[in-house]
Amino acid sequence: MNITVIGGGPAGLYISLLLKKRYPNWNITVYERHPAGVTYGWGVVFSDRTLAELREADYKSYTDITDNFVIWDTIDVWYGDRWTRCRGHVFAGIARRKLLSVLQARCQELGVVLHFEAEIEDPAQMAAKADVLIAADGVNSIVRKTYAHIFRPSLELGRARYIWFGTDKVLDAFTFIFRETEHGLFQVHAYPFDGATSTFIVECAEETWQRAGLDQADEAESIAYCEQLFADHLQGHRLLSNRSRWIRFVTVKNRTWHHENIVLLGDAAHTAHFSIGSGTKLAMEDAIALANAFEEHGDDLEAVFDEYESLRKPKVEAFQQAAIESQTYFEHVSRYLHMNPVQFTFHLLTRSGRMSFDNLRLRDPAFINTVEHDCAGVNGKAAPLFVPPPLLTQVAVGPQRLPNRLALDQPPAEDARDGTLSDEGAEALLALARREPALLITPPLAVTPEGRISPECVGLYREEHRDAWSALVERLHAERNTRVVAHLSHAGRRGATRPRRYGLDLPLPPSEAWPLLAPSPLPYTPASPQPKAMDTDDMAAVREAFVRAAQWAAEAGFDALQLNMAHGYLLASFLSPLTNQRDDEYGGSLENRMRFPLEVFDAVRAVWPDDRPLGVLLNVTDWEPGGMTEEEAVTVARALKEHGCDFVQVAVGQTTPNSRPVYGRNYLKSYSDLIRNEVRLPTICGGYLLTADDVNTLVAAGRADLCVLTVEEASP
Amino acid sequence: MNIGIGLPNTKADATGECLLEWARRTDEGPFSSLGVLDRMVYQSYEPMLTLAAAAGVTRRVRLAATIIAAPLRNTAILAKQAASLDALSGGRFVLGLALGARQEDYDAVGAPYRGRGRRFDEQLLTLRTFWQEESPIGPRPVQAGGPPILVGGMSERTFARVARYADGYMHGGGPPRAFARMAEKARAAWRDAGRPGKPLLWGMAYFAFGEEAAEAARHYLLDYYAFTGPFARRIAEGLLTTPQAVRQFLRGYADAGCDELILFPGVSDVEQLDRLADILA
Repeated sequence: MNITVIGGGPAGLYISLLLKKRYPNWNITVYERHPAGVTYGWGVVFSDRTLAELREADYKSYTDITDNFVIWDTIDVWYGDRWTRCRGHVFAGIARRKLLSVLQARCQELGVVLHFEAEIEDPAQMAAKADVLIAADGVNSIVRKTYAHIFRPSLELGRARYIWFGTDKVLDAFTFIFRETEHGLFQVHAYPFDGATSTFIVECAEETWQRAGLDQADEAESIAYCEQLFADHLQGHRLLSNRSRWIRFVTVKNRTWHHENIVLLGDAAHTAHFSIGSGTKLAMEDAIALANAFEEHGDDLEAVFDEYESLRKPKVEAFQQAAIESQTYFEHVSRYLHMNPVQFTFHLLTRSGRMSFDNLRLRDPAFINTVEHDCAGVNGKAAPLFVPPPLLTQVAVGPQRLPNRLALDQPPAEDARDGTLSDEGAEALLALARREPALLITPPLAVTPEGRISPECVGLYREEHRDAWSALVERLHAERNTRVVAHLSHAGRRGATRPRRYGLDLPLPPSEAWPLLAPSPLPYTPASPQPKAMDTDDMAAVREAFVRAAQWAAEAGFDALQLNMAHGYLLASFLSPLTNQRDDEYGGSLENRMRFPLEVFDAVRAVWPDDRPLGVLLNVTDWEPGGMTEEEAVTVARALKEHGCDFVQVAVGQTTPNSRPVYGRNYLKSYSDLIRNEVRLPTICGGYLLTADDVNTLVAAGRADLCVLTVEEASP
Repeated sequence: MNIGIGLPNTKADATGECLLEWARRTDEGPFSSLGVLDRMVYQSYEPMLTLAAAAGVTRRVRLAATIIAAPLRNTAILAKQAASLDALSGGRFVLGLALGARQEDYDAVGAPYRGRGRRFDEQLLTLRTFWQEESPIGPRPVQAGGPPILVGGMSERTFARVARYADGYMHGGGPPRAFARMAEKARAAWRDAGRPGKPLLWGMAYFAFGEEAAEAARHYLLDYYAFTGPFARRIAEGLLTTPQAVRQFLRGYADAGCDELILFPGVSDVEQLDRLADILA
């Protein structure tokens, strides 16, 4: 076989040596653009898992690489004028230059032909001449560009600017430095990679970069600026340049990684933000997978490439997902500057979702002990040695102090009659109260009969409802002193449906249905009846219904109130441009769209007791093109806060039946984080949380104040 | 966890009598259901008709369409067939539906491939109305509310469909860990939709015992799943060929909360069923 490899980086060299080792008769030729020994970038980081794979794949280069390793186990975070430290993270670093020279030497020893300063202009011609063309030509891959119609690459540009320096300051830990300036926040990602030098990446927001004049700065000026900014940390050491420029990170994805006899490897196929680990690690893992696939399927190239891609693509995509979360974190990190150093560090360490409270406790018990004390609000020499975990700490929500971070709720009732909760429904709530949540949230309570989702939903629209709830709330209070939240709702155009055991939004037969209200006369599904576009009388009536229900809720002894502005129900359907197409002062701009929901909120706020929390269940995104965005949700939440809202429970989607959700464990995490830290309102976060670890991680990181746990009976 | 048996209705060498013999023996064995696969452009039997025939020779087991490409079919006819099967079998029918990934199947029946997702949504939305009391289209299904509906697929949208329209999720096959991940998505979607209880979770796998049978089964799977590209190989590798593999697989699925696991034979020889029954005994 004649194998042509384009690109003499780690991916290209490693696949070459692996193949040559197994198939000494194959002709393997590497074409590298740069002269031998010239390389850009500084150090490369590996985790212990990758190392095991390298050892398995080629022991000789593994020992040469590890001989040159710097190993450390600590992450240091400079934030708030002090260091916070977390141990137990094993990293190994090596100079990129050293890595390449080890791989080059091993290639030469095995008989791989290396051509340097070989610029490739026509990949198609090279592919035609070779049996296999391996494209390991990096993030700007010529091969990928030539066959863009096949590989269908997507290149997504990050929002932050960063520059890649080295420094002769020797570090002993993975080091993050966060520094505020008059232009904005700068952060550093730095790590050691040999005995004398460290990688030192400086990153900031685009606007900060411009305000600081760095868009006009040349390399020397950029170095001077950063050396001065981080003088305290560099302690007289220099920043070293290597054709360093301020760039934005490009995330590369490809629909497919192979075509005929051509296969993409490493950065040419995919990139992942530098803050989560090195592309080199992914590239070398690619090489191992491809070499293994050759071993399994021989010269059946289709089978080899299928095997390689089907093995690597899901893994790489999972890694890229975590990398995007990490990248997003660093792009929005100024959102978290209100946090104290302990919480800030915990939030940073758990940013990509791959590390949790329990993981970190195993790595560094002392650090987690500090986090626990921080959550409990006790510190210093007089504090108890051990305190309860974050989920059992107190929290203030508006005027009330809650004993822990757990909330439990229930889906819409399925067996009520005329809005009155059944005995079984009451028993179910009592059973939940015995689980000792801080908050017990009722199923949605319709404020009018027309506001019910189905005829079997509960309501708070008659005096008898108030009296029944009054009796039940008293029993719930007697049970375990749980705080009970009345969840007031109007179904809007999602009303008059069959109970949900049959499915969602299946309309009642016309004989049993009732007329529906909505901002605009748009049916929820093609099978749903058309709702009436509300006039001012309808709006006044709905507002009064919310007010009356709130008064009854107060009289019934509910401890808190939550208004439903989510999931395409009435108030939410005013907020979303997908469902509100009015041309009066209640439609159009966001300010207009939130006018009616805010009017209802204000009217309820006026009658709801000041000493009890009032919150909103709010859609943070419609999860649908043309729908309400996260930025808009932030604006709505800010307005709610100004109007006296004490908390937000986050929700997403269901604005129309066509929302495109991404479900899984913890799928509301980032939305809760956004509202809590951007708007600074206490949040309640659900999203399929199952364990104490889920809750501890969210609470300790300041992503949520309370968590709605999903209680699933364990299988016997 | 219940164990069902898949009929070899996509095996070219399975005679009509062979399929009925599988059905009869399954009904006698320790199994809870019969499954069938759906392919248009393939040497395979029509799944609904196969189940109808199976209904005639069985008394006990559930008859499950696992899984039917809904947009290939007219909704009213599909609903009428499903109601008929449920009535004919005394309320034993389960309707599993998915998109069907093969364009050639769409071309063969003259159904547009583009927009099939939107059409599938409309079908799911209206299907149950054919089964309601008021519907002029009969028969009435025996099971209250009609036969349970399962939705299959891997896309994110699948789980919204499960929660919105169906009674549960039908997984397309894979190791227990893959099933567990999808089951989690189905449960999360179910809860987000405010549906009471939990979604039904069904899984499937292939088995073949004996070296010769296993080889033939792998060959068949590579051919049957050729349209999936690289995943055909994964599916073939997942073939259960030993008692140990079967037991570990069942344990994994049960732990992940699977309600019903359909085991499809990789070869049509009914003797395979006895070997499976021995392992499960």
